[in-house]
Amino acid sequence: MRREGLMRHVATRLLGLVPTLLLLITIAFVLIRVAPGGPFDGEVTLPPEVRANLEAKYHLDEPILQQYFRYLGDVVTGDFGPSFRYPDWSVNELIARGFPASATVGGLAILIAFFVGTGIGVFAALRQNTAIDYSLMGVAMLGISVPNFVIAPLLILVLAIYAGWLPAGGWDWSWQSMVLPVLTLALPAVAYIARLTRGSLIEVLHSDYIRTARAKGLAERVVVLRHALKPALLPVISYLGPTAAVMITGSVVIERIYGIPGLGSYFVQGALNRDYTLVMGVVVFYGIIIILLNFVVDLLYAWLDPRIGYEEIR
Amino acid sequence: MSEKSSPAPSVEDAFALAMEPEDVRGRSLWTDAWHRLLKNRAALVSGVIMTLMILAVVFGPWLVPWEADFTDWDHTSAPPSLETGHWFGTDPVGRDILARTLEGGRISLLVGLIATLVSLVIGVGYGAIAGYYGGVTDRIMMRFVDVIYALPFMFFVILLMVVFGRNIILIFVAIGAVNWLDMARIVRGQTLSLKNTEFVEAAQACGVDHRSIIRRHIVPNLLGVVMVYVTLTIPQVILVESFLSFLGLGVQEPMSSWGALINDGAQDMESAPWTLVFPAAFLTVTLYCFNYLGDGMRDALDPKDHV
Amino acid sequence: MALLDVRGLEVEFDTPEGVVRAVTGLNFSLEPGEALAIVGESGSGKSQMMMAIMGLLAENGRARGSARFQGEELMGMKAAELNRIRGSKIAMIFQDPMTSLNPYLNIETQMVEVLRHHQGMKRSEARAHAVEMLNAVRIPDAEERIRQYPHEYSGGMQQRVMIAMGLLCEPDLLIADEPTTALDVTVQAQIMQLMRELSEKTRMSLIMITHDLAVVAEVADRIMVMYAGEVVETGTADQIFYAPCHPYTQGLLASVPRLDRLDTDDLHAIPGNPPNLLELPDGCRFRERCSQASAACLERPPVWETEDGRSSRCVLRPEGAVMREKAAGAAAEEAE
Repeated sequence: MRREGLMRHVATRLLGLVPTLLLLITIAFVLIRVAPGGPFDGEVTLPPEVRANLEAKYHLDEPILQQYFRYLGDVVTGDFGPSFRYPDWSVNELIARGFPASATVGGLAILIAFFVGTGIGVFAALRQNTAIDYSLMGVAMLGISVPNFVIAPLLILVLAIYAGWLPAGGWDWSWQSMVLPVLTLALPAVAYIARLTRGSLIEVLHSDYIRTARAKGLAERVVVLRHALKPALLPVISYLGPTAAVMITGSVVIERIYGIPGLGSYFVQGALNRDYTLVMGVVVFYGIIIILLNFVVDLLYAWLDPRIGYEEIR
Repeated sequence: MSEKSSPAPSVEDAFALAMEPEDVRGRSLWTDAWHRLLKNRAALVSGVIMTLMILAVVFGPWLVPWEADFTDWDHTSAPPSLETGHWFGTDPVGRDILARTLEGGRISLLVGLIATLVSLVIGVGYGAIAGYYGGVTDRIMMRFVDVIYALPFMFFVILLMVVFGRNIILIFVAIGAVNWLDMARIVRGQTLSLKNTEFVEAAQACGVDHRSIIRRHIVPNLLGVVMVYVTLTIPQVILVESFLSFLGLGVQEPMSSWGALINDGAQDMESAPWTLVFPAAFLTVTLYCFNYLGDGMRDALDPKDHV
Repeated sequence: MALLDVRGLEVEFDTPEGVVRAVTGLNFSLEPGEALAIVGESGSGKSQMMMAIMGLLAENGRARGSARFQGEELMGMKAAELNRIRGSKIAMIFQDPMTSLNPYLNIETQMVEVLRHHQGMKRSEARAHAVEMLNAVRIPDAEERIRQYPHEYSGGMQQRVMIAMGLLCEPDLLIADEPTTALDVTVQAQIMQLMRELSEKTRMSLIMITHDLAVVAEVADRIMVMYAGEVVETGTADQIFYAPCHPYTQGLLASVPRLDRLDTDDLHAIPGNPPNLLELPDGCRFRERCSQASAACLERPPVWETEDGRSSRCVLRPEGAVMREKAAGAAAEEAE
């Protein structure tokens, strides 16, 4: 019975993705096309025939609507087209070059954010209103308030320049070069998740069903781990989707500071170069990732909460 | 033997109540909340620091002996000292860091305020309408919010900046347009629950038109929730602006915000760390305090709601 | 020996407005196999009293006094010690079964854990036992339904599950805190009946906490009426229903709407409100609402006791009663 309800839930969510994706692509398209100055208004002025040829090659001479649908079709088949700025490269290739580094840093950061964040949150919640709780939450608030581009230079100063333990930047896939970027990216999320977990667990511990569990004579450890933890973590899990989005956004700055050749830096470069296809490709790509991640998190939540899957049947 | 009895409210009383712009129930909520807020030490301290910060940033630049863009060629990259009068030191071009930090603060806070205002107007308007009319209107409007929520907004803002240039008005609007979603959702939720209260029903029964109801009954009661989110949105917005500035996409020279100052400072980090430390500290303290204040307000108005 | 003997129980709460005295100087005892109903309106302290004994008070609550269960002193026991008794010798069920059952765990898990924890049973054995118990409380298709989640049960069935869960270890005492308040009227009677049946079968004692006198009429052996944190009257069900002594009890009974007496125009209600527990009045706490109050009520009233087990805290002396507790001050009536 529940299986059908869940399937229906999944299907509804899947359908919901389509308008979001469409909107994403459309907005990206519109913005780039509306921009004053085209990709070929660079430093070098081109002779008109060359210019006309280039524009024809990239279909820029077609009516806007046609360009739009052409682009839509291409995206659906997974083709982001060639980069305007670097015509030898297709956007797909550029994305493929930049993505692994970004994904590694981002993926590690999310993992750390989740596990360390929830760990701290649970620890603080179980010691509610003690000095440890207040200081942990105070530090966490700091983590949320300090922008990562402030933390990064400080960390670099201390750990790389003064102590010399880690490289100050650069990326060579060694674990040392990964530590600082991952840490910097993860920190605000760790802080937010810690606060979220703490609040959530405290609230759950005041529930009636926890009172029942205690009245049944169960050991406090069992009460917390078996009865309280799952309900407390659900809000954190549903926050993972937005967390990923924040990480992706933050990665732009991180890559800039640490000199990581990831997708974020390609994006900023592309934006400054007015490389239409590259920029659109990255935006759409990231958008798809966020949407997919949100979808997966949604599914996870639905699976974990036994109450979901029933409303649909009624 | 004491007997407390109150006469049943008459139709006239109900009508009078419906036409009142304020809700009597709302007033006692405020005093309650105010007391709770005062007891929250963190929020209180934050409030005081915030006030000092605002005063410093507004009046400070007039008190400091130098203009923010005055270059003191005798003291370039000078460390902070009391003798030279450059209490925060100078940058490689000789500009006084204290002056620059205070000026930068003006821009950062201004952007924070105005962009939040933009967010506020869009968010409250959108949310109140969706919540009030309910039904299909609400569903469509909220669906729209859901769809937009998933988009990587930062990227669009960056795009906007690149595409249309670094116009300060555009910055206000762009950042504000990014943050209204949360506000809209919260406001819509509040409106929905307010809509079903008795005094609104009474007003509708007396034939008061929708716009007046929204204006006189719903909006004043939204004040609490809105105040909390405004206080929480300001730091987010300042953060976004500093992000942009850091990437070189924020306010144009000669205007400078904390984000831009931090960007500059980060480059001279090794030789002149004070160029980084002071703006960074000011930014951090501001964000920290706003967050605590907003948190405290949220606790004061609804002690159950805790993050 | 009495199963449960409570002496001088005091429960207080620290609030920003001051100290709330929820329970004052409470004494009662319970025999094995006895069904006691504790009746009172909200704020009378009836629930908090049992929470204090079970060690389930909120963080800002403090309790003093003595509560001996089978000779062991429960007050002041550490949680780890109490866990030996909670769920196995004393079971407690609560008002709203929907929120009292963990929505994220299925019924089997929630029941089996009790048996495994207290009696070290193997999972299969515990499961079989749990199914048996679900059958005893008349849950249909218990074998399949045990794997379901609480929200898949109706309110009445959820409360039966709570009862079954409480009875798993065959406790000597079952405490039911407003067990039927959240349920439909038709279901209320069934649940009460069920509890009575099960307790009679196993000689288990029952404490039922409720604000509704009518609900416990059939099921209680003895009734204890509480007001503003004190016991104001106790007696057998017959005594309380047919010949109440205390004006509060009389008022409660008169307030129950009755279909067989349609001649009266108004519904009878006790005028006024219960006292503010932050600032309790001097003398009798019911004084301000009592139709039979007099100047004597400005002093703390004495507690009277009769031979057949009735007691009343009032200046009015019940027939044949002897003073057990003197009132503070000299205005006490002489004992007979």
